[in-house]
Amino acid sequence: MFKTRILSALSGFGAAVLFATSAFAQSSKQPGPGDAPDTALGWDHLWNEVLIDLYVIGIIFGVAAIYMLIKYRATSPEQVGTAPKLSMANAIGWALIPAAIFMADDFYLAAKGWTLWEHQRNVPEDAMEVKVTGYQWYWEFEYEDGTVTEELKVPVGTPIVLRMTSEDVIHSFGLPNYRLTEDVMPGRITYIWFNPVREVETVVTCREFCGVSHSEMFTTVSAVPPAEFEAWLAKAAEG
Amino acid sequence: MNTATTAEAKEGFDLMGWIFTTDHKRIGVMYLIGSIAAFAVAGSMALMIRLEQYNIGAQYIESGTTYNEWLYFHGAAMILAFLIPGLTGFAANYFLPLMIGAADVAFPRINAFSIWLFYFAIILALIGVIIPDSPDIMWTGYPPYSVTTDGNTSFYVFTVHLLGFSSILGAVNFLVTVIYMRAPGMGWNQLNIFVWTTLAAFILQLVFIPVLATAVTLLLFDKYLGTHFFDPAAGGDVLLYENLFWFYSHPAVYVILIPAIGILFEIIATMAKNPVFNYKVCVYGGIGGVVLIAGEVWIHHLYVAGMPDWLRVGMMISTLLISVPLGLMIMSLWGTLYKGAITYNTAMMYAVAMLYLLLVGGLTGIPLAMTSLTVHLSETSFIHAHFHFIMGMFSTYGVFAAVYYWFPKMTGRLADGPLATIAFWLNFIGINMTFIPLFIIGPQGMPRRYWNYEMFPQFEGYHEIATYGAFLTAAGVALMVINWIKCAINGPISPANPWHSKSLEWTHAPNPPGPGNFPSPVTIDKDWTPYNYH
Repeated sequence: MFKTRILSALSGFGAAVLFATSAFAQSSKQPGPGDAPDTALGWDHLWNEVLIDLYVIGIIFGVAAIYMLIKYRATSPEQVGTAPKLSMANAIGWALIPAAIFMADDFYLAAKGWTLWEHQRNVPEDAMEVKVTGYQWYWEFEYEDGTVTEELKVPVGTPIVLRMTSEDVIHSFGLPNYRLTEDVMPGRITYIWFNPVREVETVVTCREFCGVSHSEMFTTVSAVPPAEFEAWLAKAAEG
Repeated sequence: MNTATTAEAKEGFDLMGWIFTTDHKRIGVMYLIGSIAAFAVAGSMALMIRLEQYNIGAQYIESGTTYNEWLYFHGAAMILAFLIPGLTGFAANYFLPLMIGAADVAFPRINAFSIWLFYFAIILALIGVIIPDSPDIMWTGYPPYSVTTDGNTSFYVFTVHLLGFSSILGAVNFLVTVIYMRAPGMGWNQLNIFVWTTLAAFILQLVFIPVLATAVTLLLFDKYLGTHFFDPAAGGDVLLYENLFWFYSHPAVYVILIPAIGILFEIIATMAKNPVFNYKVCVYGGIGGVVLIAGEVWIHHLYVAGMPDWLRVGMMISTLLISVPLGLMIMSLWGTLYKGAITYNTAMMYAVAMLYLLLVGGLTGIPLAMTSLTVHLSETSFIHAHFHFIMGMFSTYGVFAAVYYWFPKMTGRLADGPLATIAFWLNFIGINMTFIPLFIIGPQGMPRRYWNYEMFPQFEGYHEIATYGAFLTAAGVALMVINWIKCAINGPISPANPWHSKSLEWTHAPNPPGPGNFPSPVTIDKDWTPYNYH
């Protein structure tokens, strides 16, 4: 009983430290104009690193399992295993060393993930704001000049911040080309920002189940040269 | 133990004896039948979902709502009516009292009441399928949609209530059974790993089910009584539900995962004829660690739900740390194979497949633990494939492996044979064909829960392969169940202890055990363990 109490106290303390450090360490620095990172590229880098991590662990354990499953086949039904008995020191070693390795990998990945996270959440100063509203079952975009459209067109080279809300149920703004998603909810405003570094026409899909036409709630997102964007916006403003 | 309440042996099939039984073994078998029935219905919905996704655009449905109703029932029934009852209902009921040398559970009549509630819940859920306005709210039932929809959300709420109540009663029953009814002399470090994992699952159920019950009850109030818990227009908050829901439902993943790991340990240790490697670390560090962390990671289901940035980072770290207790269990599994004397049979084939599913499913969880990667992977088919590997198929294979492993115990006959082997391979090839394509197209942007993917025409080929895979799996499962029925009636008679196990259910109880389980009282000496092979 006493042991469990110590354990739960320890785990509570650990959780508190964990969350406190992450709260304090939140950096407030904002990228200045012109030096906005490409978070999609950052995502791809991190994804590749994590995949290597997974393949290494997977191959080590996979090969070990296949080796043992083949090598230690029984020759007769009466045969028993011959695994050595673990001494106390071995037992502790076999717990602490793997746990330390797993934990080291966890913190390494967490640090990597946190670095990208800082980029993903700190909106560059010179970002252009677009208001996004989700409806059953379409998206609406409102530009800084008040123009409202049903597709998202942005100028290449300008970071875009989307301030998003919903008028009915929960939707989610999924932008695969820019490696971003964020829910769009009634009564709350959420944001994401992305950096359209090259001309591309891509798609946004709804990523939270929202009813009968959930899978028809998509529209185009295109990054075009600034001049073309200005012309398009002016035309859209006329209606 | 009051043996008078257990069923008397009668000639022929005794329906009333089964319905009114308080025998844990009969209750276990009824859980198996009920959960396999739920699996069959939910599985056929999976086939319809796959058929619909076979090509771009509507194939068979006239309205998206039909598709959404399949998604709802598939998810809700597989999790709540198949996996949880299959593991903590069937496997725990039948085998846990036998493993600890008990004549029955502590409260046999409450146990009977649990299974009644379970059957009422399944019947209610099935009625929900045939009514004109079936629930179409996904198994998560997020408001405001679940409040504003024309679908009948109350069927969802009441099904959760019944199953939750059934599980809470089961939890109390099994905790008391393990604490007070172990055979004389049996210490805590002499328990089967499956007993520990069942305890862990029931502790989680007992702690967290009330939270889910609260969440869905508030949903009911909002929809039918005009309250505004989740309505922002009237001061409510849509995220309250998501938080409450996942505060239960992430631990629920472990309620499903951990007992399946327990079954895997029983089979691996028995077939490799080795004691469980580093038993105490596996139990106190692995299983105990998961129980401790289970309630501190739920935000990873809300990584894209506008949570504070610092909270998402904190839960990224706590989620990644799950790899420590799970890693310790995996070390024990792998260590148990070392220098073993491994015999292969159908149960062991499923166990080996489970090692693979655990590895792939566990590792693909790592990017999903990282909030900065999940902002892209969220609600794509990557996540869909991940949880089907680790929770869906791993634990389903746990139930199937348990049936093969303990088939001689339950029927006195063996279910191994060519039919079982063919069924296994159809199933195993099928699941890989279904979900590996989904792992590939997820990071490329394929959203979950889409019958229409005209915006991604390049994914059609992957969906075609996935659909063929689903039908292979279905053929495998159908063949397996046919084989079970065939072998239960006239399969080859099994030796008393076909796998040469040291566990009590094999060494001390006949096949199948009669009322009271053990012909003579079991006592345990201090050197005994269920894995005492050498």
